[in-house]
Amino acid sequence: MSLYAVQKFLYELNRSEQMQARYTADQASELTPFELTDEEIAALISPDIGKLFHLGVNGQILMHFAAFHQIEWQDYLQRMRDGIAEHGPVREGVYAMTTGVTDTVVPETTAKETTKENRSS
Amino acid sequence: MPLVFAGVCSHAPGITGRSEQADPDVRNRFYAAFDQMRIDLEASRPDAVVIIAAEHFANFFMNNMPTFAIGMADTYEGPIEDPGWLGIDRQRVPGSADISSRFISEVMHGSDVSYAEEWKFDHGIMVPLHFLTPSYDIPIIPVNINCQGPPLTPLHRAWQFGESIRAACDAMPERIAVISTGGISHWPATPDSGKINVEWDLDFMDRWCRNDRDALLDYDDLTVYADAGQGGFEIRTFIAAAAAARGAKGTVHFCEPIPIFAVSCTVATYDLSR
Repeated sequence: MSLYAVQKFLYELNRSEQMQARYTADQASELTPFELTDEEIAALISPDIGKLFHLGVNGQILMHFAAFHQIEWQDYLQRMRDGIAEHGPVREGVYAMTTGVTDTVVPETTAKETTKENRSS
Repeated sequence: MPLVFAGVCSHAPGITGRSEQADPDVRNRFYAAFDQMRIDLEASRPDAVVIIAAEHFANFFMNNMPTFAIGMADTYEGPIEDPGWLGIDRQRVPGSADISSRFISEVMHGSDVSYAEEWKFDHGIMVPLHFLTPSYDIPIIPVNINCQGPPLTPLHRAWQFGESIRAACDAMPERIAVISTGGISHWPATPDSGKINVEWDLDFMDRWCRNDRDALLDYDDLTVYADAGQGGFEIRTFIAAAAAARGAKGTVHFCEPIPIFAVSCTVATYDLSR
């Protein structure tokens, strides 16, 4: 278990477009410098968002990895919830889940489409 | 010059990134409150805006995590997030290494800080700036309090930091504004995103408006975590603003839950005129 290394990898990936390009081209090579377990490597390469959340990856780091993989917000939330259902509670860290695996926290939106022009800035 | 403006606001990425998913009525009233804050900020004619944020692993990691950090550069870049995801285009945000350097030197009389000549802004700063300095024409002094990677600074140290910031502002020849950003109760970026403890938030903001030091410091991280989530650790930025306001009383202009934005969206200011 090397949560620190998983998060360090994701932290560096999140803040470097160059690293993102290299990772897209060759995932294994970019992961090599980090001391990761086979379980962690598999979760990263998949990517298995639910497993990474279960391992304890901070959500502020994980959500950008999900966005990098074009995973839509509600899908991101559901994948984490599914990960807890499959693997059990978050192993460590403060980004845990406090609701039940079948709970719906935010109901379906009824909002209408808006545009940037509607914003007050 | 004495401090010219002090306030707090939310910074959740959904505020700009998931705008279209919110209830339009509530969202538009929130945006209007943000816009009034911009008008009031501009009316204070600041030469620089100190923005006290709680960044989310854009610059600082657990290999060398500063408790308090202040930027010291002529320009900053942001957002670090995908612009499409956040709903804010990439910007070069003006800073002032000169103002920051003098400001940091003054702050250091009361609090130990790290300084940073590089700083990539994440949503914690870019969302407030999107509404408050949309032309990106006022120098920004970014300030960070570690609210992400425990151990976290005790609340009374966040208060002390706010006092140090106030003393620094008053010692500067420039007109300085202070804006703190953060969530109150929230469980961001987890499956619980959208869970909000409104009662807890309103009670906290009541303490904030009264600028009641004892009441604001009467929390511990275990109960904050239980009642307000890990996002609640960001009250440190609001507490620093309260200390910087040095006894001034506050007004909440907007504080309502918008679940798809994951927080009680909040805009509040202190009256520094008395």
